[in-house]
Amino acid sequence: MSAKQPFLEISPRVSDEVRKTTCYMCACRCGIDVHLRADAEGVPRIRYIEGNRDHPVNRGVLCAKGSAGIMQHYAPARLKAPLKRVGPRGSGRFEEIGWEEAMEIAVSWLKPIREKDPKKLAFFTGRDQSQSFTGWWAQQYGTPNYAAHGGFCSVNMAAAGIYTMGGAFWEFGSPDWDRTRMFMIFGVAEDHDSNPIKMGLGKLKARGAKVVAVNPVRSGYNAIADEWVGITPGTDGLFILALIHELLRSGQIDLDYLLRYTNAPHLVVKNDGGPDHGLIARNEAGEPLVWDRDEHRARGWREISTKAALHGEVTLPDGRRAVPSFDLLARRYLGAEYAPEAVAEQTGVPAETIRRLAAELARTAFEEAITLDQPWTDMRGERHDTMIGRPVSFHAMRGISAHSNGFQTARALHLLQILLGAVECPGGFRFKPPYPKPVLAHPTPHSEAHPNAPLAGPHLGYPRGPEDLRLDKDGHPERIDKAFTWEAPLSVHGLMHMVISNAVAGDPYEIDTLFLYMANMAWNSSMNTRGVMDMLEATNADGSYRIPHIIYSDAYSSEMVAYADLILPDTTYLERHDCISLLDRPICEPDAVADAIRWPVVEPDRDVRGFQSVLIDLGARLGLPGFVTGAGDAVYKDYADYIVNHQRKPGVGPLAGWRGEGEDIGRGRPNPDQLHRYIENGGFWKSHIPAAAQFYKMANQAYQDWAVGMGFYDAPQPYTFDIYVETLRKFQLAAEGHGERQPPEHLRAQVALAFDPLPVWYPPFEGEAVTGDFPLHAITQRPAAMYHSWGSQNAWLRQIHGQNPLYVPGEVMESAGLTDGGWAWVISHHGRIRVPVRRTDAANGKTLWTWNAIGKRKGAWALSPGAPEATKGFLLNHLISELLPPKGDGLRWANSDPVTGQAAWYDLRVRIEPASDDGPLDPLMDAQDSPVGRGTGDVTYGEEWT
Amino acid sequence: MTSLPASTAVKLGLVIDLDTCVGCHACVISCKEWNTGGYGSALADADAYGDAPLGAFLNRVHTFEVKPEEGPATVVHFPKSCLHCDDAPCVTVCPTGASYKRAEDGIVLVNEDACIGCGLCAWACPYGAREMDPVEKVMKKCTLCVDRIYNENIVEEDRIPSCVRTCPAGARHFGDLNDPASAVSELVAARGGFDLMPEQGTGPVNKYLPPRPRTPEPVPDLPDLADLAADARETRAEGFFGWLDRALERL
Amino acid sequence: MHPAYSIIFFTVSSGAGFGVLAALGLAAFLGLTPQGGLYWAGFVIGFGLSMAGLVSSTFHLGHPERAWRALSQWRSSWLSREGVLAIVALALAGAFALSLLMGGQGRLLGLLTAAFSLITVYSTSMIYAQLKTVQRWCQPLTPVVFLCFSLAGGALIYAFLAQVFAGGAGVLPTVAALLVFLAWGAKLGWWRRGDTAPVLSTPESATGLGAMGKVRMLEAPHTGGNYLLKEMGYKIGRKHQARLRQIALMLGGIVPVFATLFASWGLWPGLFLLMAVLAFLGGLLAERWLFFAEAEHSVMTYYTRT
Repeated sequence: MSAKQPFLEISPRVSDEVRKTTCYMCACRCGIDVHLRADAEGVPRIRYIEGNRDHPVNRGVLCAKGSAGIMQHYAPARLKAPLKRVGPRGSGRFEEIGWEEAMEIAVSWLKPIREKDPKKLAFFTGRDQSQSFTGWWAQQYGTPNYAAHGGFCSVNMAAAGIYTMGGAFWEFGSPDWDRTRMFMIFGVAEDHDSNPIKMGLGKLKARGAKVVAVNPVRSGYNAIADEWVGITPGTDGLFILALIHELLRSGQIDLDYLLRYTNAPHLVVKNDGGPDHGLIARNEAGEPLVWDRDEHRARGWREISTKAALHGEVTLPDGRRAVPSFDLLARRYLGAEYAPEAVAEQTGVPAETIRRLAAELARTAFEEAITLDQPWTDMRGERHDTMIGRPVSFHAMRGISAHSNGFQTARALHLLQILLGAVECPGGFRFKPPYPKPVLAHPTPHSEAHPNAPLAGPHLGYPRGPEDLRLDKDGHPERIDKAFTWEAPLSVHGLMHMVISNAVAGDPYEIDTLFLYMANMAWNSSMNTRGVMDMLEATNADGSYRIPHIIYSDAYSSEMVAYADLILPDTTYLERHDCISLLDRPICEPDAVADAIRWPVVEPDRDVRGFQSVLIDLGARLGLPGFVTGAGDAVYKDYADYIVNHQRKPGVGPLAGWRGEGEDIGRGRPNPDQLHRYIENGGFWKSHIPAAAQFYKMANQAYQDWAVGMGFYDAPQPYTFDIYVETLRKFQLAAEGHGERQPPEHLRAQVALAFDPLPVWYPPFEGEAVTGDFPLHAITQRPAAMYHSWGSQNAWLRQIHGQNPLYVPGEVMESAGLTDGGWAWVISHHGRIRVPVRRTDAANGKTLWTWNAIGKRKGAWALSPGAPEATKGFLLNHLISELLPPKGDGLRWANSDPVTGQAAWYDLRVRIEPASDDGPLDPLMDAQDSPVGRGTGDVTYGEEWT
Repeated sequence: MTSLPASTAVKLGLVIDLDTCVGCHACVISCKEWNTGGYGSALADADAYGDAPLGAFLNRVHTFEVKPEEGPATVVHFPKSCLHCDDAPCVTVCPTGASYKRAEDGIVLVNEDACIGCGLCAWACPYGAREMDPVEKVMKKCTLCVDRIYNENIVEEDRIPSCVRTCPAGARHFGDLNDPASAVSELVAARGGFDLMPEQGTGPVNKYLPPRPRTPEPVPDLPDLADLAADARETRAEGFFGWLDRALERL
Repeated sequence: MHPAYSIIFFTVSSGAGFGVLAALGLAAFLGLTPQGGLYWAGFVIGFGLSMAGLVSSTFHLGHPERAWRALSQWRSSWLSREGVLAIVALALAGAFALSLLMGGQGRLLGLLTAAFSLITVYSTSMIYAQLKTVQRWCQPLTPVVFLCFSLAGGALIYAFLAQVFAGGAGVLPTVAALLVFLAWGAKLGWWRRGDTAPVLSTPESATGLGAMGKVRMLEAPHTGGNYLLKEMGYKIGRKHQARLRQIALMLGGIVPVFATLFASWGLWPGLFLLMAVLAFLGGLLAERWLFFAEAEHSVMTYYTRT
């Protein structure tokens, strides 16, 4: 045989240039190295995208979506120019227009509204990463109707976290991956923070730490968990409270932590029936009181720490009776209704599993405690020689959030963490700056609109009590989405999913222009998808549309495009400026503060503009305060100019790095060279938190001082974690008849139940409303390789997830007489769908599941009409209503969490029946015309370099 | 060239940790993007936006359910690419010598200029590691990123296969499996790394690490606090508070 | 395995063609030198079928223009050997034909032609029989089946030609009937083994996860198509398979045997032999379609949902 091997070039040239920017293929915001190489004509094209090794979020790794950025960037579904609708709404028929005409049309709609009644504009953004800017624009415009998509995504989690401990899961914190020894995840999807979580799981696995996954479905992270708890959807809260029962029963709680860092010792007034019953007892300065066990007297909470009482009724100096909040807590959760045996059937988790997990948590937290030799000083001035760590950590996402009991479930989980002393400690859950941040450091919501005037403050905030509800003097909602009303008092992210139906119903009022950005409301981002399409097409008696004008901005030809009157085409993420700002959702690490930019690493080859730059232009054309100088000239040239020069307060702007002369961080005057410095540094900026400030941030003097220096707040604001939330009690008091602002009669009982100041569990509403006929749950899971509806235009990702079967547990397959690979009808109280089914033996026995947002409408995303996404892919959304089934009281009951208004799409209850062998899919919507044509033929990307 | 080298001093390969892989497909796409503009022809996607897209991929992640006698099934994500076998049947069947196994490091490659696209090597591979490019009609397979791992235009720490560099969970490891002291060999030894389809006699170089047992170890029950024996709710709480008082004294 | 028509036609046609060349060679070796119409028709059909088969096989190639490269690896590759041997066999047959034309007896060249024709068919069969990945193919009977069918086809066609051009086929129909009978005997044995042999690779061995339990695919790696599924994922329905086997056996076995026997009894021998040849070739196309369609490749263990 011949030993001669062919010549092989093992050191080929990779690229001409590497440009470092930030990914936008999902919400992770990883750093990416974009390799550019000239094509045959010498035009730089993307050769390769890989993770940036220096970047704090992903440290070099990159997920499937990130690597598929090439196909996203060159997708045929990209919008090419501004579009004006020429066919009826929904038809997809448009004509291309120039930007000048597009801007004139937009101004012709927006200017008169602002002059007469700014609330006639509803401006809502979807998976927007520039909310601090878009929100500010809406504030300057003066409409109260602004929010992003949090109301149907994560608000239960966010609100519960902020109200309980000044920060939430999501990407606002993370487990201490390097130290934790037991990690429990609840309902965690494979998208948000996904690379950090995968990297963290890898670390845990390498160390042999235990991973426990609580999820009805054993996909993704749940598959590699050392233990899987296949819980019944909507019962996580009950399961968690049973764990708490076990820990209390056996005294496995961190008393020192509770006394020092939580409001467990704070005294709660006992005055049954009185207007102050259940409120925190305070001194003249408004500081909560605690009871000194040694001196037997009430004192301000900062005066003592471990000497405070945790139980026992006492008499306050003013004669009222009070008990430490912990007393109430212990009495409640020691109750027999929270014993493992009592919850086993409902949760689907055997009692012995609950007991064992509680024992494992306790053993890990207390017997494997960590001690770091790091002296630090707490907010009371007490100096500690070490930092004590409880190496148990938790993470949770929509699986517990998107339920009508999601707020209280998330609260329960935080309570569990806090009882174990496992928040902001080594080995536990750690916040990322600028979190933790107490409720008091957040604004309250603002919504009072006046012609030609900006709003007095930000739209979204954290109400402290009924007084902060956004009701006008007649008690009517001020916002189109009815956020911050009695139906959803703590809807801190707004209620985007209610905007269209409220606007069409003219309830609370009619609007003139709906302005949406990156929100696929005519498809996967709505419950009751068909109904929303009908609403967008709904007309008045004279034939005019119920929503007169719809402006939409997106980079791609999504289903929603067809329903807009004016399309403002956005760039791809590689063609634009962006900032990942500390004013927004940060990309920090627990040990470091960081922010980042996007910048045009390739030039657009179409007539498109970055949406934020378009908003800046619109702001100037409309003469919005902050967007024009006194002389009426535009303040900012474009978004890049805004990023560098805008100051939210003196010295604090969108980016924290290289301010002033380039030496200042956090605070400093604008630096014209700032973006260059970011680009030089790989597109991001990062600064470490001093060692003594890295843990117990909410109570750590060094951290508080550092945070003030960074501009997070203007004075130190140490605080306690609130296991007992007084704000909730204030709403509950109102429901009991106290106070000026009273809930409507029909909501009294709901508010009283859901606003319990201690975590409570109640069965999800939909399940209670449909008892009997719909014995099964149906939920979606998020595939790791597809972010919402963002990947179907991507030639590589759509091959991974181009259709989605409904996975049905083996026992249901058998009892319903279904065949693997066959079709079935899935029926809810709201609708029915006919879909392909497959068997699974790795799911909760009452739970059907499928991947989220794979189904697409014919004609959208530049796919062929026979694409599997349209003929086999489906949405569960058709089964989900924004309303509960009628209760016979003539009222519309929202299918949402009564605290936050979070859409309760995981509450869905169904039954399943066999269908004919080969479908077809039902509903099968008519095709919409594609304003961008259709992608055809084969793709041989990169052939010019091979 | 179709004959296999008698032995290779270095056996480069992958070790894939099934206990850690979350099935995110990062390796699949990273592989695709590196290789579509790199070694050989582009990795084509036929009918990319149509009714039946079919692309060439050198690495794919399967998902299996593994059902024990009792209890629910476990889900295992299972990335699979060329295993660079010692006794690679795909190489010996090749009629043109396009398929070969490198003597210096054991990497199995296809010299696309010599490939006639007969597909026999794909038939000979038990693992499905080879795919015919739907447009160029030559056989494509994992190259272990031979154009990365020795590439002097790439910083040294990145001279690893693209799939390994990108894997977020760190479930993929690369190294010399002929060197018992290498990190990958040690990992295989420590974790009981195994071959796929040993019965096929292919001698795969790549190894897989098994999922750790999913059955939790028993833990002693938490003791009830001594004086919490009573059942009535109030009494239980009072008992608990008794313990609490004593515990607070110790703080 | 995907039943590709180019390959089905290739194996059937070249098998029969080399069978005819072998028959011509053996006849010469035995001193029954083919002459006149039998000579011309025999070589035209022998060369025609074998070369048509070889040409057809190149339609299966992604790059037929590089097909010449396939001659290089005869040391290790059965496919390469097959190509080389086919050329050698055809060259020998050419020399053999030429020597006959020039009035030679062609005994030695005839023997060599026959031997190399059959070795070529053997190497064709070994392309499949070598593949451990396809257990149905990987059995000693595979070359036997291929050789028997080639010989039977050669004998049938030669008998028919002898009947037409040499005024009578003598014992040839009986020999052909015997060979057809033998070939189908081997084939039935081959089917039996293929149907009953324990599988070599299972989802459990393919994943190494057997110790944890029974393995089944939950999700294919891509919902989109792939080459492997197209090439190796072909699955024939049970009913369809049984019916086709009956058709193949009827057309390729029973009809030719009876037709040949009728012919040997002097009953419209030309017509019945033609019928035997055509039915045999038709039956063989079905047999060869099944040869691929029935074959299961080990890679499909990664795609097993049951």
